[in-house]
Amino acid sequence: MGTFHNDKGELHGITVVVDTNGAQVFVGRCDEVTDEGVILLDADVHEEGEGTASKEEYIKRAAMVGVFKKHDRILVPKAHVVSIRRLGEIAS
Amino acid sequence: MVAEKETTPNMPYDPTMVQPMREELTSIGVQELMTPADVDAFMADEAPTKMLIINSVCGCAAGSARPAVRLALQNENRPALVGTVFAGQDVEATAQARSKFADFPPSSPSIALWKGGEIAFFLPRHRVEGRMPEDIAAELREVFNEHCAG
Repeated sequence: MGTFHNDKGELHGITVVVDTNGAQVFVGRCDEVTDEGVILLDADVHEEGEGTASKEEYIKRAAMVGVFKKHDRILVPKAHVVSIRRLGEIAS
Repeated sequence: MVAEKETTPNMPYDPTMVQPMREELTSIGVQELMTPADVDAFMADEAPTKMLIINSVCGCAAGSARPAVRLALQNENRPALVGTVFAGQDVEATAQARSKFADFPPSSPSIALWKGGEIAFFLPRHRVEGRMPEDIAAELREVFNEHCAG
């Protein structure tokens, strides 16, 4: 059975981890990567800091079962994005 | 840092378009659960092992998950009871199904396996995306051999 997505790039529909140059890391289903940044659907955001898990600890947990969404649709600005990885390719 | 984007309301797909995706599972004997009552009856069944598939339209993942389930269920060891709900179509049934494993973030497609009333295995959407059906089926067969033998 075919897909029902528009041609929005190879990551469209794929659950990704978007790491930033700040304390935040995002996990969500990639809608599109544009000149503005990465648009994620059903996304969660984690902010590392005192008393919270590190980014890698959070990503490892997310890789096991996924995330509970905090945002239906968000834009992570391009200027802050340092990497985009497929969550399914991260060992849990 | 983050800007909320406007969302387009989710409109259910045409049922006639979705029907073949339902039949891909029901044609091999997977029990379709279309109402919360169907889900409750499925969960109340005292089968030693049961598997629930959250089906969906998405071709990125469900397009691999359905054939994977078909392949895996040819295995000698398999869950005693297999059911499915269709996310985005049978909305109330899907919500009821997800309430049975509420500790796991909702995603579709996804697959849950219970053994003795406890979740023994959960395959979320992100672990289906981009994989070939044969690869997913091999993982499911391993799970069946571990939990559904005898």
